[in-house]
Amino acid sequence: MAHGPAKGITRWLYTTNHKDIGSMYLWFSFAMFFLGGIFALVIRAELFQPGLQIVDPNFFNQMTTMHGLVMVFGAVMPAFVGLANWMIPMQIGAPDMALPRMNNWSFWILPFAFAMLSSTLFMEGGAPNFGWTFYAPLSTTYAPPSVTFFIFAVHIMGASSIMGAINIIATIVNMRAPGMTYMKMPLFVWTWLITAFLLIAVMPVLAGVVTMMLMDIHFGTSFFDAAGGGDPVLFQHIFWFFGHPEVYIMILPAFGIVSAIIPTFARKPLFGYSSMVYATAAIAFLSFVVWAHHMFTVGLPIAGELFFMWATMLIAVPTGVKVFNWVATMFKGAMTFETPMLFSIAFVILFTIGGFSGLMLAIAPADFQYHDTYFVVAHFHYVLVPGAIFSITAGVYYWLPKWCGNMYNETMGKVHFWLAFIGLNVTFFPMHFSGLAGMPRRIPDYNMMFADWNMISSVGAFLFGAAQVMFLYNVIATIVGGKKATAEVWENPEGLEWTVPSPAPYHTFSEPPEFKSSH
Amino acid sequence: MKVLPEDPVKRLSVKLAITSFGFLLFALFVMPPLYVAFCEITGLNGKTGDKYEAVDAVVDTSREIKVQFVATNNEGMPWQFGPEVKTLIVHPGEQTRINYLAKNPTGNDMIGQAIPSLIPYKAASYFHKTECFCFNQQALLAGEEAVLPMFFIIDQDLPEHIKSITLSYTIFDVTDRFSREELLSMVDTGQ
Repeated sequence: MAHGPAKGITRWLYTTNHKDIGSMYLWFSFAMFFLGGIFALVIRAELFQPGLQIVDPNFFNQMTTMHGLVMVFGAVMPAFVGLANWMIPMQIGAPDMALPRMNNWSFWILPFAFAMLSSTLFMEGGAPNFGWTFYAPLSTTYAPPSVTFFIFAVHIMGASSIMGAINIIATIVNMRAPGMTYMKMPLFVWTWLITAFLLIAVMPVLAGVVTMMLMDIHFGTSFFDAAGGGDPVLFQHIFWFFGHPEVYIMILPAFGIVSAIIPTFARKPLFGYSSMVYATAAIAFLSFVVWAHHMFTVGLPIAGELFFMWATMLIAVPTGVKVFNWVATMFKGAMTFETPMLFSIAFVILFTIGGFSGLMLAIAPADFQYHDTYFVVAHFHYVLVPGAIFSITAGVYYWLPKWCGNMYNETMGKVHFWLAFIGLNVTFFPMHFSGLAGMPRRIPDYNMMFADWNMISSVGAFLFGAAQVMFLYNVIATIVGGKKATAEVWENPEGLEWTVPSPAPYHTFSEPPEFKSSH
Repeated sequence: MKVLPEDPVKRLSVKLAITSFGFLLFALFVMPPLYVAFCEITGLNGKTGDKYEAVDAVVDTSREIKVQFVATNNEGMPWQFGPEVKTLIVHPGEQTRINYLAKNPTGNDMIGQAIPSLIPYKAASYFHKTECFCFNQQALLAGEEAVLPMFFIIDQDLPEHIKSITLSYTIFDVTDRFSREELLSMVDTGQ
């Protein structure tokens, strides 16, 4: 039983171990984060000044498209799956994931999907240039030939996500330690369980919509082509029926991570555990009935505008419950500000700002002004960067000592935090202003009046990018060496993962642990 | 029925896989027809209905509705295409004819398809077409021109507040979708 990992490359190719697969997911995501980051810096370099300087407009459009696709499907989603692989079995006292072989398969198809997607950059006609939302007919009638590779890459990513989600649900439902009822599960497990259900419902819809594109392009159907009786607006409905739950797929696990970290460093149990669970479920449910708020300007009837506006605003209620609970957890706590806590507090503050701009966008009549401007870009980067990326970063700092047995460099971690925090705000806050002043998204050149805000944004973007290089260095240095971590790592953290030694042995919980809940 | 495996993990996984496959089928085969049906009922995307069988009805001369006709060429469509008159004043219940004129100025035989769209959307289900060139594709040989008639009746039940209707046709080049024989047969039948 107590055998270690195999040697050599086959350890990684054939592994069914949740920790190995989790590490591979995280490294893959890290690589994609840098790739997507380079694309973002090309965008920001071009936008540093008005006029066309560095890249031609078509390549600029390829950069915005690839940046979005790589960050969403390559960086954020695999990072959460990686954290789920590492932490869910350890948090529920299971020896491994329920379907270890499928786990290997769902990881290993991902590099192929992204190799295929990235290869389109070198193809004749260039990479997809129609934006990450790939609206028809831009992505059908007017698409470069490489769109077919994009479609198959999305199919593979979808298959990977669905398999990952099935595995996570099967693990959580069947493999919890005796005594761990659903309402005693750690919140990271809860949020991932709900996320996995969202994935199972909407990733097939994404696969469906790209399949329809494939048929329209190659097999003469007219799903989205008005000339043959189709309707391009149908594309937007189907895409956003996937797309809106998708944005919660990228944030719910983040809620779970900060709900683990804040109690540890506030030295108080999480405030309002059950309301957190219900709020997560409520957000997931509402995510299915708000999709058309992305489409206020397509000509919805007044009743539709009102319904989608109110339903969207309703989401602020469970989200507000969550923010309240995090703040209440910190209230009168004996707080310390280690790196994971800094990222988590920044998460709470900045995600709330992103939520507020989301509420502004939800107001249908106001959205007619904001639609497709940099205000939207500011909004979704405020929820995704300090939301998804900061929580993943916080989770990595929080659990890294458990994974590799060494403490990371705290000073460097804090410097990373402050550079990232300042860089992020300098990059994205001015976009609110340029957006409200009317600067449209996805353009390589712009009116002189937006020049100052754009120059500030570009400076911030390079600062943010540099901070991430420091993160990479810190992670590698921690894995290679550093102060040994204790089993608990932090002061009385809650959860089964802290009852195993650091680094966590290759096999943990071969025997189900005794589980005692504190709440 | 003992189709699902005994083992709880496998059992659940198979159920989840079936569910996800169900959502794929839902996206491919339910969402598009559902959308079309929804738009037909509500008239939301401005699409007008199929051929309408005229019923004997009283012409409501107390109301005058201004109908404006608009024509657009889809990108890359070289035909000259437009309505004979831009505006007509009609009474609800009255059958009216409007001609569109199309000319293929190119040296190639081509097929066009006109797609209607109507605003206000609320009027879409009250705008009946008894004959329309848009029900079929139009084939025009190189240099040929044609008069494309459309007969319509505005329903007497058109809501009171609607005083004017704009009907737009966009003409698409669909030559690639048909074979040469199909093109010639369209010309023969005068479609």
